Amino acid sequence: MPMQYEGIIKEHEATRNAAAIFDTCHMGEFLISGAQAVTELENLLSCSVASIKIGQCKYGFLCNHKGGVIDDQILYRMDENRFFMVVNASTESEDFQWIKDHLSSSTSIVNLSAETAKIDLQGPQSAKILQKLVSDPIADMKFYHFKHNYYKSEQVLISRTGYTGEIGFEIYLSPQSALQFWDDCINLGATPAGLGARDTLRLEMGFPLYGHELNQDTNAAESGLCRSIANKKFIGSEVVLDSSLVKKCLKGIVLEGRRAARHGDKILNQDKEEIGYLTSGSYSPSLQKAVAMGYVLLSYAVNEQKVFVKTDRGELTGNITETPFYKGATGRNNLANYL
Amino acid sequence: MTPKDRMYTRTHEWVKVEDNEALVGITDHAQDSLGDITFIELPKIGSKLKKSGECGVIESVKAASDLYSPISGTVTDVNEALETTPEDVNTDPYGKGWIFKLNNINQNEIAELMDADAYEKFLESEE
Repeated sequence: MPMQYEGIIKEHEATRNAAAIFDTCHMGEFLISGAQAVTELENLLSCSVASIKIGQCKYGFLCNHKGGVIDDQILYRMDENRFFMVVNASTESEDFQWIKDHLSSSTSIVNLSAETAKIDLQGPQSAKILQKLVSDPIADMKFYHFKHNYYKSEQVLISRTGYTGEIGFEIYLSPQSALQFWDDCINLGATPAGLGARDTLRLEMGFPLYGHELNQDTNAAESGLCRSIANKKFIGSEVVLDSSLVKKCLKGIVLEGRRAARHGDKILNQDKEEIGYLTSGSYSPSLQKAVAMGYVLLSYAVNEQKVFVKTDRGELTGNITETPFYKGATGRNNLANYL
Repeated sequence: MTPKDRMYTRTHEWVKVEDNEALVGITDHAQDSLGDITFIELPKIGSKLKKSGECGVIESVKAASDLYSPISGTVTDVNEALETTPEDVNTDPYGKGWIFKLNNINQNEIAELMDADAYEKFLESEE
C-alpha cells in the first residue's frame, strides 16, 4: 500500500464522505480448527472465544506472559470448531509461530496469507458500491459480523468491519479476483486510499496501531480497551487483569492549532513535569487541528486536563480528551440507510 | 512548467523580484514532495533574514521541512491567509501560495540563484 495515491487529505475526505478502497493484501490470515480450538484459543486471546457466534467476529489481543501485546487481531467464527484469524502484516510470522507453539496436536493452524487477498471498502457510499458487485443481499449484515457472498462466480468472505470508523467492509478474495474487484470499485466511484489516510482515519477514531499504542512491552490493560479483555484466563492474564499493575492509561490529546506532535514526544503537566509520552500524532483533516494519542500517568489522565507536548520544534499546548476525536463516524449506523 | 519570471534555490524556494522587493515561496516540486500541507510557521515581520538561513517551517500530514530564505533581506509582509488555508501552497505555489516578502535585498545574491531552465535541469539531475 503506498503512502498516498492522489493526496492524503483527499483520500481521507473521500472515506468520510463517499467511498474509498484500501489495498490491505499484506495482512495475515490463518485458519485454526479442531475439536479443542475454542479452549486453546481462549488460552491465547484476551477476548472471549466461546461466546462468538458463527458468523460473528471479535477483536482481541494475543498477549505475551508479561501482559504485553504480541498482536491485535480479529477472530471470525466460521463454524463450531473453525476460526479465521486476521493479523497485522508485520507480525504475521511471529503470530503464526506463537500460536502454533501453543496449540495441541488436535488443533491445526494453516497460514492462508499468501493465497488471500484483502480489500477494505469503506465510507457512506461503500454499501451501495459493494451491493452492485456481489450477488447476495448485504442489507442484513450486522456490525462485526460476516458472511460469504459471490463476486462474479467466486465465493468471497465479507465482514462489516474496518479501520476507519465509517460504514464499511473488509473483503477477502483470491489474488486473481482482487485486481478486477479493485478496478470495479473505482469505476463505481471509490477512491483509492493509502497508508497516510489510513492513519489519519484511524487516529481520528482513537483506534490503536500495533507498534505504536500496542506493543510487547506495554500492559494491554493500559490501552483502556476493556471490551477486548473479557476473557478470565489467558496467557498474560495474571498481569492484564491485575488492576494494581495499571500505572498509566491511553488517552487522546487535542492540540491547539494545526501543528502536529508525533510518536515519542513527551507529555508534560502544567508544571512542565513529564507525565507521559505520545504513541501517535497527526493533523486531523476532519477536525482541522492536530490530535494525538499517548500514555499518561493515571493521576493526570483526566479529561479536559491541560497538558504540554514537547516536540523537536518547541512545546505545544493541548487538552486530554476521550476518543473518538471525530464524532460523526457512520460505522455502527443502520446499514439499510446506506443502500 | 517552471515560471520564467523568478529565480530558484537548490532547496526548492523561488524568489520573484520587483524593484527592490522580493516575493518568496516554494516550488511545485517542493509542494508535491511534501504532500498536503497542514501548517506553515511564517517568518516574523521585521526580522532580518540571511541568504540560505532557516526562516520558517512547512509541515504536511506526514513530514516537516525547514524553509530557507533565498536571499538576505528584511521581512515586510507574510501571507497570513496560509494560517487558515495552508493548502494554497499546494494548489497554487507560484501565486496564492506566496509565503513572505522582503526588502533591503542584495541584487548580487539573486544573480547567484538558478533561473527556470537551470532549476529544471537541477530537478532532472536529482531524480
